[in-house]
Amino acid sequence: MSGYWAGILTILAINIIFAYGIFLPVATGQLNLGGAGFQAIGAYGAAFLSASFGLPVPVTIGVGMLVAGITGYLIAFPLLRTRGVYLVLATFAFAEVVAGLILNSDTFGGAMGLSVPAFIDWHVAVIAATVVTVFIFYLMSTRFGLTMRAAHDDEVVTDLMGVNVRGVQVAAFAIGGALAGLAGGLYAHSFNFVEIQSFNALVSIYVLLYVLLGGTQTAWGPLAGATFFTLLPEALRTILPALKNSVYWLAGVEGPVSAPDDSWRFVILGALTIAMMVLRPEGLITRTLIERIGFRKANAGKGAVA
Amino acid sequence: MLLIQQLLNGVMLGSVYVTVAVAFTLTIGVLNFLNFTIPTLFMLAGMVGWALAYWGLPFGLSGPLSWPLALFFGVVVSILASLIVERFTFRYLKTKYGDSTEHAIPLVSSLGFLLVLENLVRIGYGTDAQRFPGPSADLTMNIGGIFVRIPQLVSLFLVVLIVVGLTWLLKRSRIGRGLRAIAENPDAANILGVDTRRVVPIVFMLTGLLCGLAGALFAVNYGEVSPQMGEDIGTKAIAGMVVGGLGSIWGAVLGGLIVGLIEMLTIHFFGADTVQVAVWGLLLLTLFVRPQGLFGHNSIGKGKL
Repeated sequence: MSGYWAGILTILAINIIFAYGIFLPVATGQLNLGGAGFQAIGAYGAAFLSASFGLPVPVTIGVGMLVAGITGYLIAFPLLRTRGVYLVLATFAFAEVVAGLILNSDTFGGAMGLSVPAFIDWHVAVIAATVVTVFIFYLMSTRFGLTMRAAHDDEVVTDLMGVNVRGVQVAAFAIGGALAGLAGGLYAHSFNFVEIQSFNALVSIYVLLYVLLGGTQTAWGPLAGATFFTLLPEALRTILPALKNSVYWLAGVEGPVSAPDDSWRFVILGALTIAMMVLRPEGLITRTLIERIGFRKANAGKGAVA
Repeated sequence: MLLIQQLLNGVMLGSVYVTVAVAFTLTIGVLNFLNFTIPTLFMLAGMVGWALAYWGLPFGLSGPLSWPLALFFGVVVSILASLIVERFTFRYLKTKYGDSTEHAIPLVSSLGFLLVLENLVRIGYGTDAQRFPGPSADLTMNIGGIFVRIPQLVSLFLVVLIVVGLTWLLKRSRIGRGLRAIAENPDAANILGVDTRRVVPIVFMLTGLLCGLAGALFAVNYGEVSPQMGEDIGTKAIAGMVVGGLGSIWGAVLGGLIVGLIEMLTIHFFGADTVQVAVWGLLLLTLFVRPQGLFGHNSIGKGKL
């Protein structure tokens, strides 16, 4: 396998894990716009332990994941006191504070970043992504997954039915934080370098878009969203120049054509986002769609309880 | 003396945040919609203004004093962009699906617009920061050792004028009554004869106008524009708005000034790198201790987005 494809598979695996980390809070009805903060905690935790103490990779990633999970657990209590637009702002602020603290800390290299000595091969990330995907599918099929769905659809009624809504939401934040931390740890060891600029607000926005465009109703959504939007830029890398060439050819422009600007990929992501929100705001993959594919007509459209 | 100078700089910087924060708070207060295109509209006015001043105006309008005219066109572009955003975000606020993530729809669309507009500007003008021409004469007054730049004073005056005008519009005019009715209850406002389809675009026009003016003033006062200039200003304005209280115009004014002052004081005492922690820490603290902010009402943004 060439280095190019190994790199893409690694990024894809990391993005899928990251998307699942954001999916869990969103699936309980809490928009999390602070994903980069959790990912940064996991990445810097792993990088620090690897660089300063030379601990083995499973330990560094495990500890980074644990720290991110505990942070998610602790931050969930004050975060969940806020609702709606306040929660979005609070998670956003959380990520900015994490970035600011790391930027000011000499232990974590400040603006210089940290280099990570231990390297992991692409298949580690892929295996981790597979395990996480299976875990989320299992989680969504359990009673806990059902209460998550219920809390997402109607918080008050779920509460009245005797479900500990707050507990479910806190758990979703904690597990989600741990998964985002895992994505960060894998990132640190796959690319051997972390700098805080790689965990900016745009990263949080992208990963939230993956989840929302993929669909938040089932575990297929984040998988589809993360896969599509990770592979799309790579596909566009070859499609866009060809497109530009043919446009120039049609327009009768002679001579060599320069490569189109890299930013076009983000324009396309943004335009797709706008179009999706207009045409299919519940995301690409919904429960109804899955039921239709599975020919389970009897339950289709009624939001059947599994 | 240096401290007084920094306080003054804080107020000047704060006035930019105030203008953008008022735009944020207006859309949240009236439409319950966190509009993430606002930083981009701010940037658009500055970048389009720069491009026109740099490459010359159309219709043979170029001249030695073409930069104010260029900025005027920048503001117009930002208002038009805001109206386009309205078409694709707020029009689809109500969905037929009844999914509880529906409150996220306009917010997510506006994130999409953020990516589209910012990257289009990048493709058109490049990613580098550009020097904005601005007034050539040195317009700095020295008052007892404190340096005051006259364009900044004019900007401050303009900002005060805008906020007072906006308050008047909301409190006294027919349009303002319609806007406040929609903020209170969109359905009831509709029944009572407020034409939502005609009043809502006004919010977006005002948003474009405020952001455009802020971008233009920023370009003149700080002499530099870039496709990324909206990100920092926009996020700080959000912080200011939350500190002041969502949906309150005077709250946004106070919050924007507080953030500007805190930024300058943090730079003065602790250095530039700690600004982020101070501003965002203040925001987190406000959200946890007093989520309604200094002037906000409890009802806005609660339950639904």
